[in-house]
Amino acid sequence: MPSLDDLRKRITSVKSTQKITKAMKMVAAAKLRKAQENAEKGRPYSEKMNNVILNLSKSITDKENAPKLLVGTGEEKVHLCIVLTADRGLCGGFNTNIIKKAKSYFEKIISENKTLKIITVGSKGYDQLKRQYKSYIVENISFKESKNINYFDADKVGKIIIEKFENNEFDVCAIFYNKFKNVITQIPQEQQIVPLNEDKDDKDDSGNDNDYEFEPDEDEILSNLLPKNISTQIFKAMLENSASEQGSRMTAMDNATRNAGELVDRLTIEYNRSRQAAITKELIEIISGAESL
Amino acid sequence: MSNLFNIDIVNPEQSFLSKDNVFEVVIPAVEGEIGILKDHIPIISFLKPGIIRVFSESEEQSFYIEDGIVEFKDNTLSVLTSSIFDLKDADKKFVSESISSAEAELSKDDIDDQKRFLLNHKVEVLKSISIN
Repeated sequence: MPSLDDLRKRITSVKSTQKITKAMKMVAAAKLRKAQENAEKGRPYSEKMNNVILNLSKSITDKENAPKLLVGTGEEKVHLCIVLTADRGLCGGFNTNIIKKAKSYFEKIISENKTLKIITVGSKGYDQLKRQYKSYIVENISFKESKNINYFDADKVGKIIIEKFENNEFDVCAIFYNKFKNVITQIPQEQQIVPLNEDKDDKDDSGNDNDYEFEPDEDEILSNLLPKNISTQIFKAMLENSASEQGSRMTAMDNATRNAGELVDRLTIEYNRSRQAAITKELIEIISGAESL
Repeated sequence: MSNLFNIDIVNPEQSFLSKDNVFEVVIPAVEGEIGILKDHIPIISFLKPGIIRVFSESEEQSFYIEDGIVEFKDNTLSVLTSSIFDLKDADKKFVSESISSAEAELSKDDIDDQKRFLLNHKVEVLKSISIN
């Protein structure tokens, strides 16, 4: 049975933890709103980009000579996985969920005897993966220094991917990130970006083929556009990720604050009880002392 | 009948400009400038560094654009770009920095002709901005 003093100390410490989690929750809520706004603002760009590529790839008739970024290298031996995580912890299951998704994909690749290469973006992902998959990690990128998510950073990652592709270092590339659904739900996503998977449900509303005029020709536009699309996809993933991170942190911190409150209540009851027990004990001692006289 | 159409300029961060009352847009496409009017046939092209001019009923706006894709379809012109700014609030320092970085890039030996052409062009355009 802890002494009264111990209990009092514990109550104070739980209370100060509660203050911290509460503050973190409020910070996350403020950041979430901004991140969500950014994610929404960024959407038109990636949507338009998708549309243009869709229209372009429709008009490409010569599939054999189409850019490799679009149709792939024809092999599926080397898989490059980009795992996008947060740079900070204390955000509930956010990082763990992405890692879990990625790990199951890794296992599949390894069991099929294919080569696996990993690029981690964000330090938490690297921390969690380095123990098991250290030998597969080829690059570890972190944008801790940049305050906001900007396209420039995403472009850097995109350029690394393109460079590796041009050096024939991989055949298939997939990215892992959390898609922001709402504040409490984030869905870990796996998205293949090389070769480009045409979204089946993203069918163009106009059934009739648009006869576009291309300047210069389709191939040149595509080979110019596809690298940009990769950066755009990464950027989109980063935006979704940051909104998810804040949402996840907010929920996690909300829970922590509530749990701390419950703990304080329980400890206070225990404290009061043992204080009452001590008083009663003293009274009994006094009374029985007086009776014996 | 009106001769107006829509324009949407978006960059990755946000929607930069959206208007529905323009009658002509001049874009610096990679093979030369293109002026686009209403009912232009659908076109997809990409841009080289240059000035994009938007003429609407009441005003004329000019933007410096670094690169990008344009798509014109159903009387909507979509411009996707990663770098754009309004000429009115051109930052002198940014412009001169861009010029010097492009010139530094030019002095490297390992660039191909196409890139050299684009960079030369970029320097030219930027210089014309800084004079104004």
